[in-house]
Amino acid sequence: MASMPDALAELVADMETITDRTERADLLIETADRFDRVRVKPEVAAKPYPESHRVPACESDAYVWAIDRPDGTLDFAFDVLNPQGLSAMAMAVILAETLNGRPLEQVAAVNSEIVFSLFGRELSMGKGAGLMGIVSMVQNEARRRLNAAS
Amino acid sequence: MTTAIEARGYARPDVLVSTDWVTSHLSDPGVRIIESNEDPLLYPSGHIPGAVQVDWARDLNDQLRRDYLQKPGFEALMSRIGVTPDTTVVFYGDKNNWWATYAFWVFHLFGHTNARVMDGGRAKWEKEGREMTREVPTYPSTSYEAPARDDHSIRAFRDQVMAHIEAGRPLVDVRSPAEYSGEKLHMPEYPQEGALRGGHIPGAKNVPWARAVNTEDGTFRPSDELRQIYQQEQGLDPNADIIAYCRIGERSSHTWFVLTYLLGFPHVRNYDGSWTEWGNLVGVPIEK
Repeated sequence: MASMPDALAELVADMETITDRTERADLLIETADRFDRVRVKPEVAAKPYPESHRVPACESDAYVWAIDRPDGTLDFAFDVLNPQGLSAMAMAVILAETLNGRPLEQVAAVNSEIVFSLFGRELSMGKGAGLMGIVSMVQNEARRRLNAAS
Repeated sequence: MTTAIEARGYARPDVLVSTDWVTSHLSDPGVRIIESNEDPLLYPSGHIPGAVQVDWARDLNDQLRRDYLQKPGFEALMSRIGVTPDTTVVFYGDKNNWWATYAFWVFHLFGHTNARVMDGGRAKWEKEGREMTREVPTYPSTSYEAPARDDHSIRAFRDQVMAHIEAGRPLVDVRSPAEYSGEKLHMPEYPQEGALRGGHIPGAKNVPWARAVNTEDGTFRPSDELRQIYQQEQGLDPNADIIAYCRIGERSSHTWFVLTYLLGFPHVRNYDGSWTEWGNLVGVPIEK
Protein backbone atom coordinates (compact mmCIF):
# COMPACT_ATOMS: atom_id res chain seq x y z
CA MET A 1 0.00 0.00 0.00
CA ALA A 2 1.37 3.42 -0.96
CA SER A 3 2.13 6.05 1.61
CA MET A 4 2.24 9.79 1.20
CA PRO A 5 5.26 11.25 -0.65
CA ASP A 6 8.47 11.43 1.36
CA ALA A 7 8.76 15.20 1.13
CA LEU A 8 5.34 15.65 2.70
CA ALA A 9 5.95 12.98 5.32
CA GLU A 10 9.21 14.67 6.32
CA LEU A 11 7.56 18.08 6.54
CA VAL A 12 4.74 16.68 8.66
CA ALA A 13 7.26 14.99 10.96
CA ASP A 14 9.26 18.21 11.27
CA MET A 15 6.20 20.28 12.08
CA GLU A 16 5.08 17.80 14.71
CA THR A 17 8.29 18.45 16.62
CA ILE A 18 7.56 22.18 16.86
CA THR A 19 5.94 23.01 20.16
CA ASP A 20 6.39 26.77 20.00
CA ARG A 21 3.33 28.40 18.41
CA THR A 22 5.28 31.41 17.25
CA GLU A 23 7.88 29.30 15.50
CA ARG A 24 5.16 27.25 13.81
CA ALA A 25 3.29 30.37 12.77
CA ASP A 26 6.44 32.00 11.36
CA LEU A 27 7.22 28.91 9.28
CA LEU A 28 3.68 28.75 7.93
CA ILE A 29 3.63 32.47 7.15
CA GLU A 30 6.88 32.08 5.19
CA THR A 31 5.25 29.23 3.34
CA ALA A 32 2.13 31.29 2.57
CA ASP A 33 4.42 34.01 1.19
CA ARG A 34 5.23 31.66 -1.71
CA PHE A 35 1.57 31.36 -2.71
CA ASP A 36 1.97 33.25 -5.98
CA ARG A 37 4.13 30.37 -7.26
CA VAL A 38 1.23 27.93 -6.98
CA ARG A 39 -1.60 30.30 -7.93
CA VAL A 40 -3.59 29.05 -10.90
CA LYS A 41 -2.41 30.54 -14.21
CA PRO A 42 -4.85 32.55 -16.34
CA GLU A 43 -4.55 30.03 -19.16
CA VAL A 44 -5.87 27.34 -16.81
CA ALA A 45 -8.76 29.22 -15.21
CA ALA A 46 -10.29 32.68 -15.08
CA LYS A 47 -12.66 34.25 -12.57
CA PRO A 48 -15.41 33.60 -11.82
CA TYR A 49 -14.15 30.11 -11.23
CA PRO A 50 -16.48 27.16 -11.69
CA GLU A 51 -18.02 25.83 -8.50
CA SER A 52 -16.65 22.39 -9.32
CA HIS A 53 -13.19 23.63 -8.36
CA ARG A 54 -14.30 25.25 -5.12
CA VAL A 55 -13.23 23.59 -1.87
CA PRO A 56 -16.30 22.63 0.14
CA ALA A 57 -16.43 24.07 3.64
CA CYS A 58 -13.42 26.35 3.07
CA GLU A 59 -14.38 29.80 4.30
CA SER A 60 -11.34 31.34 2.66
CA ASP A 61 -12.82 30.60 -0.79
CA ALA A 62 -10.09 28.22 -1.90
CA TYR A 63 -10.12 26.60 -5.34
CA VAL A 64 -8.13 23.63 -6.61
CA TRP A 65 -7.14 22.53 -10.12
CA ALA A 66 -5.35 19.33 -11.11
CA ILE A 67 -3.39 19.60 -14.35
CA ASP A 68 -2.40 16.37 -16.06
CA ARG A 69 1.24 15.85 -16.91
CA PRO A 70 2.29 13.73 -19.91
CA ASP A 71 3.71 11.11 -17.55
CA GLY A 72 0.31 10.61 -15.94
CA THR A 73 1.08 12.47 -12.74
CA LEU A 74 -0.49 15.76 -11.70
CA ASP A 75 0.41 19.35 -11.01
CA PHE A 76 -1.85 21.15 -8.57
CA ALA A 77 -2.76 24.83 -8.82
CA PHE A 78 -4.80 26.88 -6.39
CA ASP A 79 -6.43 30.17 -5.70
CA VAL A 80 -7.56 31.62 -2.39
CA LEU A 81 -9.93 34.52 -2.89
CA ASN A 82 -9.93 35.71 0.72
CA PRO A 83 -6.73 37.75 1.06
CA GLN A 84 -6.78 36.94 4.78
CA GLY A 85 -6.80 33.20 4.11
CA LEU A 86 -3.16 32.73 5.07
CA SER A 87 -3.59 29.20 6.36
CA ALA A 88 -5.32 28.12 3.16
CA MET A 89 -2.48 29.67 1.17
CA ALA A 90 0.13 27.86 3.27
CA MET A 91 -1.73 24.59 2.83
CA ALA A 92 -1.85 25.07 -0.93
CA VAL A 93 1.89 25.78 -1.12
CA ILE A 94 2.70 22.71 0.98
CA LEU A 95 0.58 20.46 -1.21
CA ALA A 96 1.92 21.81 -4.49
CA GLU A 97 5.52 21.69 -3.37
CA THR A 98 5.32 18.13 -2.08
CA LEU A 99 2.77 16.45 -4.36
CA ASN A 100 3.29 17.86 -7.86
CA GLY A 101 4.61 15.14 -10.15
CA ARG A 102 4.44 12.45 -7.49
CA PRO A 103 2.87 9.05 -8.22
CA LEU A 104 -0.91 9.19 -8.03
CA GLU A 105 -0.97 6.34 -5.51
CA GLN A 106 1.12 8.44 -3.13
CA VAL A 107 -1.07 11.52 -3.62
CA ALA A 108 -4.19 9.45 -3.01
CA ALA A 109 -2.63 8.17 0.21
CA VAL A 110 -2.36 11.60 1.83
CA ASN A 111 -4.48 11.69 4.95
CA SER A 112 -6.36 14.93 5.53
CA GLU A 113 -5.49 14.67 9.23
CA ILE A 114 -2.07 16.10 8.32
CA VAL A 115 -3.60 19.56 8.74
CA PHE A 116 -3.47 19.13 12.50
CA SER A 117 0.17 18.04 12.41
CA LEU A 118 1.00 21.05 10.24
CA PHE A 119 -1.15 23.73 11.87
CA GLY A 120 -1.58 22.43 15.40
CA ARG A 121 -4.50 20.93 17.25
CA GLU A 122 -5.94 24.26 18.28
CA LEU A 123 -7.42 24.96 14.85
CA SER A 124 -11.07 25.90 14.91
CA MET A 125 -13.51 23.35 13.58
CA GLY A 126 -14.29 25.56 10.62
CA LYS A 127 -10.67 26.23 9.80
CA GLY A 128 -9.76 22.57 10.20
CA ALA A 129 -12.64 21.51 7.98
CA GLY A 130 -11.62 24.00 5.29
CA LEU A 131 -7.99 22.90 5.26
CA MET A 132 -8.96 19.24 5.28
CA GLY A 133 -11.25 20.04 2.38
CA ILE A 134 -8.28 21.30 0.35
CA VAL A 135 -6.38 18.09 1.06
CA SER A 136 -9.43 15.98 0.22
CA MET A 137 -9.90 17.67 -3.14
CA VAL A 138 -6.29 17.06 -4.09
CA GLN A 139 -6.52 13.46 -2.94
CA ASN A 140 -9.80 12.94 -4.84
CA GLU A 141 -8.29 14.19 -8.09
CA ALA A 142 -5.63 11.49 -7.82
CA ARG A 143 -8.16 8.84 -6.82
CA ARG A 144 -10.45 9.72 -9.70
CA ARG A 145 -7.66 9.17 -12.22
CA LEU A 146 -6.58 5.97 -10.55
CA ASN A 147 -10.13 4.66 -10.65
CA ALA A 148 -10.50 5.62 -14.30
CA ALA A 149 -7.31 3.78 -15.16
CA SER A 150 -8.24 0.60 -13.31
CA MET B 1 -18.94 55.48 1.35
CA THR B 2 -19.89 54.08 4.72
CA THR B 3 -22.06 56.27 6.94
CA ALA B 4 -20.48 57.44 10.21
CA ILE B 5 -21.24 55.12 13.11
CA GLU B 6 -23.15 57.82 15.01
CA ALA B 7 -25.45 58.39 12.04
CA ARG B 8 -26.54 54.79 11.59
CA GLY B 9 -29.25 54.83 14.24
CA TYR B 10 -27.81 52.16 16.50
CA ALA B 11 -29.19 51.64 19.98
CA ARG B 12 -25.65 51.66 21.40
CA PRO B 13 -23.34 53.40 18.94
CA ASP B 14 -20.71 53.66 21.67
CA VAL B 15 -19.83 49.95 21.36
CA LEU B 16 -18.46 50.48 17.87
CA VAL B 17 -15.35 52.46 17.08
CA SER B 18 -13.97 53.41 13.70
CA THR B 19 -10.52 52.69 12.32
CA ASP B 20 -9.84 56.44 12.67
CA TRP B 21 -10.72 56.25 16.36
CA VAL B 22 -8.35 53.33 16.86
CA THR B 23 -5.57 55.18 15.03
CA SER B 24 -5.97 58.11 17.37
CA HIS B 25 -5.88 55.85 20.45
CA LEU B 26 -2.89 53.68 19.59
CA SER B 27 -0.89 55.17 22.44
CA ASP B 28 -3.77 55.60 24.88
CA PRO B 29 -2.83 53.74 28.07
CA GLY B 30 -6.52 53.38 28.94
CA VAL B 31 -7.20 51.42 25.76
CA ARG B 32 -6.10 47.89 24.96
CA ILE B 33 -6.55 46.77 21.38
CA ILE B 34 -7.19 43.04 21.04
CA GLU B 35 -7.07 40.97 17.87
CA SER B 36 -9.14 37.76 17.76
CA ASN B 37 -9.09 35.66 14.61
CA GLU B 38 -10.06 32.33 13.29
CA ASP B 39 -6.86 32.03 11.27
CA PRO B 40 -3.98 31.58 13.73
CA LEU B 41 -1.47 32.92 11.19
CA LEU B 42 -2.97 36.38 10.83
CA TYR B 43 -1.83 38.06 14.05
CA PRO B 44 1.80 36.90 13.76
CA SER B 45 1.83 37.96 10.10
CA GLY B 46 1.09 41.56 11.14
CA HIS B 47 -1.31 43.40 13.41
CA ILE B 48 -2.28 46.86 14.63
CA PRO B 49 0.65 48.36 16.56
CA GLY B 50 0.25 47.67 20.25
CA ALA B 51 -2.48 45.10 19.75
CA VAL B 52 -2.40 41.88 21.76
CA GLN B 53 -3.85 38.60 20.61
CA VAL B 54 -6.62 36.75 22.38
CA ASP B 55 -6.96 33.34 20.84
CA TRP B 56 -10.42 31.80 21.06
CA ALA B 57 -9.14 28.24 21.56
CA ARG B 58 -6.12 28.83 23.77
CA ASP B 59 -7.24 31.84 25.79
CA LEU B 60 -11.02 31.73 26.03
CA ASN B 61 -11.83 28.04 26.25
CA ASP B 62 -11.21 25.55 29.02
CA GLN B 63 -8.61 23.13 27.70
CA LEU B 64 -10.31 20.05 29.13
CA ARG B 65 -14.07 20.55 29.46
CA ARG B 66 -16.21 22.01 26.71
CA ASP B 67 -16.71 25.32 28.43
CA TYR B 68 -15.21 28.76 28.70
CA LEU B 69 -12.49 29.62 31.12
CA GLN B 70 -13.42 30.20 34.72
CA LYS B 71 -12.86 33.31 36.85
CA PRO B 72 -9.19 32.52 37.73
CA GLY B 73 -8.37 31.91 34.08
CA PHE B 74 -10.05 35.13 33.00
CA GLU B 75 -8.24 37.08 35.69
CA ALA B 76 -4.93 35.58 34.57
CA LEU B 77 -5.68 36.45 30.95
CA MET B 78 -6.51 40.05 31.82
CA SER B 79 -3.38 40.32 33.92
CA ARG B 80 -1.23 38.94 31.09
CA ILE B 81 -2.55 41.42 28.54
CA GLY B 82 -2.26 44.29 30.96
CA VAL B 83 -5.94 45.07 31.37
CA THR B 84 -7.60 46.49 34.47
CA PRO B 85 -11.36 46.75 35.07
CA ASP B 86 -11.10 50.34 33.87
CA THR B 87 -9.37 49.55 30.61
CA THR B 88 -11.39 50.02 27.45
CA VAL B 89 -10.82 46.92 25.36
CA VAL B 90 -11.28 47.20 21.61
CA PHE B 91 -11.70 44.00 19.65
CA TYR B 92 -11.05 43.47 15.99
CA GLY B 93 -10.37 40.46 13.81
CA ASP B 94 -10.88 38.49 10.64
CA LYS B 95 -14.14 37.28 9.11
CA ASN B 96 -15.90 40.62 9.57
CA ASN B 97 -15.24 40.57 13.30
CA TRP B 98 -16.84 37.19 13.78
CA TRP B 99 -14.21 36.14 16.35
CA ALA B 100 -13.92 39.63 17.75
CA THR B 101 -17.58 39.60 18.74
CA TYR B 102 -17.10 36.12 20.17
CA ALA B 103 -14.34 37.42 22.45
CA PHE B 104 -16.51 40.48 23.22
CA TRP B 105 -19.28 38.10 24.32
CA VAL B 106 -16.97 36.02 26.53
CA PHE B 107 -15.61 39.20 28.15
CA HIS B 108 -19.22 40.15 28.91
CA LEU B 109 -19.74 36.81 30.68
CA PHE B 110 -17.15 38.11 33.15
CA GLY B 111 -18.65 41.55 33.39
CA HIS B 112 -15.98 43.37 31.40
CA THR B 113 -18.47 45.54 29.58
CA ASN B 114 -16.05 48.38 28.95
CA ALA B 115 -15.57 46.92 25.50
CA ARG B 116 -15.80 48.06 21.90
CA VAL B 117 -15.55 46.51 18.46
CA MET B 118 -13.62 48.13 15.61
CA ASP B 119 -16.09 48.49 12.75
CA GLY B 120 -14.92 46.66 9.65
CA GLY B 121 -12.36 44.61 11.52
CA ARG B 122 -8.95 43.64 10.31
CA ALA B 123 -9.86 43.65 6.63
CA LYS B 124 -10.91 47.32 6.70
CA TRP B 125 -7.78 48.35 8.59
CA GLU B 126 -5.60 46.56 6.03
CA LYS B 127 -7.55 47.84 3.05
CA GLU B 128 -7.10 51.40 4.26
CA GLY B 129 -3.33 50.86 4.27
CA ARG B 130 -2.98 51.58 7.95
CA GLU B 131 0.13 50.67 9.87
CA MET B 132 0.75 47.01 10.70
CA THR B 133 3.59 45.46 12.66
CA ARG B 134 4.91 42.03 13.55
CA GLU B 135 6.22 43.32 16.86
CA VAL B 136 4.41 41.62 19.73
CA PRO B 137 3.93 44.10 22.59
CA THR B 138 4.24 43.31 26.26
CA TYR B 139 2.48 45.22 29.00
CA PRO B 140 3.04 45.26 32.74
CA SER B 141 0.83 42.62 34.31
CA THR B 142 -2.14 43.88 36.25
CA SER B 143 -4.10 42.72 39.24
CA TYR B 144 -7.57 42.02 37.92
CA GLU B 145 -10.46 40.80 40.02
CA ALA B 146 -13.35 39.47 37.97
CA PRO B 147 -16.82 38.55 39.18
CA ALA B 148 -17.90 34.92 38.81
CA ARG B 149 -18.89 34.10 35.25
CA ASP B 150 -22.52 34.99 34.59
CA ASP B 151 -24.02 32.13 32.59
CA HIS B 152 -27.59 33.34 32.90
CA SER B 153 -28.02 36.69 31.21
CA ILE B 154 -26.55 36.23 27.76
CA ARG B 155 -25.81 32.50 27.54
CA ALA B 156 -28.28 29.68 26.92
CA PHE B 157 -27.94 25.95 27.59
CA ARG B 158 -29.65 23.00 25.94
CA ASP B 159 -32.37 22.50 28.55
CA GLN B 160 -33.23 26.16 28.29
CA VAL B 161 -33.37 25.82 24.52
CA MET B 162 -35.76 22.87 24.88
CA ALA B 163 -38.00 24.92 27.16
CA HIS B 164 -37.71 27.81 24.72
CA ILE B 165 -38.98 25.65 21.85
CA GLU B 166 -41.83 24.29 23.93
CA ALA B 167 -42.85 27.84 24.81
CA GLY B 168 -42.81 28.79 21.12
CA ARG B 169 -40.21 31.48 21.62
CA PRO B 170 -38.00 32.67 18.77
CA LEU B 171 -34.62 31.30 17.79
CA VAL B 172 -32.26 32.57 15.14
CA ASP B 173 -30.09 30.07 13.31
CA VAL B 174 -27.24 32.14 11.87
CA ARG B 175 -25.59 29.36 9.84
CA SER B 176 -25.65 29.13 6.08
CA PRO B 177 -28.86 28.00 4.36
CA ALA B 178 -27.21 24.66 3.49
CA GLU B 179 -26.39 23.98 7.12
CA TYR B 180 -29.88 25.12 8.20
CA SER B 181 -31.59 22.79 5.76
CA GLY B 182 -29.37 19.87 6.69
CA GLU B 183 -28.19 19.53 3.11
CA LYS B 184 -24.57 20.11 3.98
CA LEU B 185 -24.07 16.98 6.02
CA HIS B 186 -25.25 14.88 3.12
CA MET B 187 -23.04 16.24 0.40
CA PRO B 188 -20.34 13.82 -0.73
CA GLU B 189 -16.71 14.49 0.21
CA TYR B 190 -17.61 17.11 2.77
CA PRO B 191 -15.39 17.16 5.83
CA GLN B 192 -16.82 15.99 9.11
CA GLU B 193 -19.06 18.69 10.42
CA GLY B 194 -19.16 17.45 13.98
CA ALA B 195 -22.84 16.49 14.14
CA LEU B 196 -24.72 13.28 13.48
CA ARG B 197 -27.85 14.95 12.20
CA GLY B 198 -28.38 17.86 9.86
CA GLY B 199 -31.13 20.44 10.06
CA HIS B 200 -32.12 23.08 12.56
CA ILE B 201 -33.80 23.56 15.91
CA PRO B 202 -37.58 23.56 15.36
CA GLY B 203 -38.99 26.99 14.75
CA ALA B 204 -35.64 28.70 14.20
CA LYS B 205 -35.45 31.45 11.60
CA ASN B 206 -32.46 31.30 9.30
CA VAL B 207 -30.57 34.59 9.11
CA PRO B 208 -26.95 33.97 8.15
CA TRP B 209 -24.77 36.11 10.40
CA ALA B 210 -22.95 37.84 7.54
CA ARG B 211 -26.14 39.54 6.36
CA ALA B 212 -25.52 42.08 9.10
CA VAL B 213 -22.39 43.43 7.43
CA ASN B 214 -21.65 45.35 4.26
CA THR B 215 -19.81 43.04 1.90
CA GLU B 216 -17.56 45.77 0.49
CA ASP B 217 -15.85 46.83 3.70
CA GLY B 218 -17.10 44.56 6.47
CA THR B 219 -18.73 47.38 8.42
CA PHE B 220 -22.07 46.81 10.10
CA ARG B 221 -25.18 47.73 8.15
CA PRO B 222 -27.15 50.74 9.41
CA SER B 223 -29.99 50.08 11.82
CA ASP B 224 -32.76 50.58 9.27
CA GLU B 225 -31.31 47.82 7.09
CA LEU B 226 -30.81 45.57 10.10
CA ARG B 227 -34.39 46.17 11.23
CA GLN B 228 -35.57 45.32 7.73
CA ILE B 229 -33.79 41.96 7.96
CA TYR B 230 -34.55 40.92 11.53
CA GLN B 231 -37.89 42.58 12.20
CA GLN B 232 -39.70 43.14 8.91
CA GLU B 233 -38.42 40.13 7.01
CA GLN B 234 -38.07 37.61 9.85
CA GLY B 235 -40.72 39.01 12.15
CA LEU B 236 -38.59 39.08 15.30
CA ASP B 237 -40.18 40.98 18.15
CA PRO B 238 -37.54 43.27 19.68
CA ASN B 239 -38.86 42.59 23.17
CA ALA B 240 -39.02 38.83 22.83
CA ASP B 241 -36.73 36.37 24.57
CA ILE B 242 -34.47 35.37 21.67
CA ILE B 243 -31.81 32.68 21.41
CA ALA B 244 -29.21 32.71 18.64
CA TYR B 245 -27.11 29.72 17.68
CA CYS B 246 -24.76 28.43 14.98
CA ARG B 247 -22.29 25.52 15.10
CA ILE B 248 -20.24 26.29 18.21
CA GLY B 249 -21.55 29.70 19.22
CA GLU B 250 -19.04 31.94 17.51
CA ARG B 251 -21.04 33.15 14.51
CA SER B 252 -24.09 33.53 16.74
CA SER B 253 -22.15 35.80 19.08
CA HIS B 254 -21.90 38.15 16.10
CA THR B 255 -25.69 38.11 15.72
CA TRP B 256 -26.08 38.44 19.49
CA PHE B 257 -23.94 41.58 19.26
CA VAL B 258 -26.02 42.99 16.40
CA LEU B 259 -29.37 42.33 18.05
CA THR B 260 -28.29 43.46 21.51
CA TYR B 261 -26.16 46.50 20.82
CA LEU B 262 -26.98 47.73 17.36
CA LEU B 263 -30.73 47.13 17.50
CA GLY B 264 -31.18 47.31 21.27
CA PHE B 265 -33.08 44.04 21.77
CA PRO B 266 -32.99 43.56 25.55
CA HIS B 267 -33.31 39.75 25.86
CA VAL B 268 -30.93 37.96 23.53
CA ARG B 269 -28.88 34.93 24.54
CA ASN B 270 -26.26 32.93 22.71
CA TYR B 271 -26.57 29.13 22.73
CA ASP B 272 -22.90 28.22 22.42
CA GLY B 273 -23.58 24.49 22.50
CA SER B 274 -25.21 25.20 19.15
CA TRP B 275 -25.46 22.62 16.41
CA THR B 276 -22.47 20.56 17.49
CA GLU B 277 -24.45 19.84 20.66
CA TRP B 278 -28.04 19.84 19.38
CA GLY B 279 -27.24 17.82 16.26
CA ASN B 280 -25.69 15.10 18.43
CA LEU B 281 -28.21 14.99 21.28
CA VAL B 282 -30.30 11.84 21.52
CA GLY B 283 -34.01 12.34 21.12
CA VAL B 284 -34.23 16.09 20.65
CA PRO B 285 -36.55 17.44 17.93
CA ILE B 286 -35.00 18.59 14.66
CA GLU B 287 -36.53 20.19 11.60
CA LYS B 288 -35.25 20.16 8.04
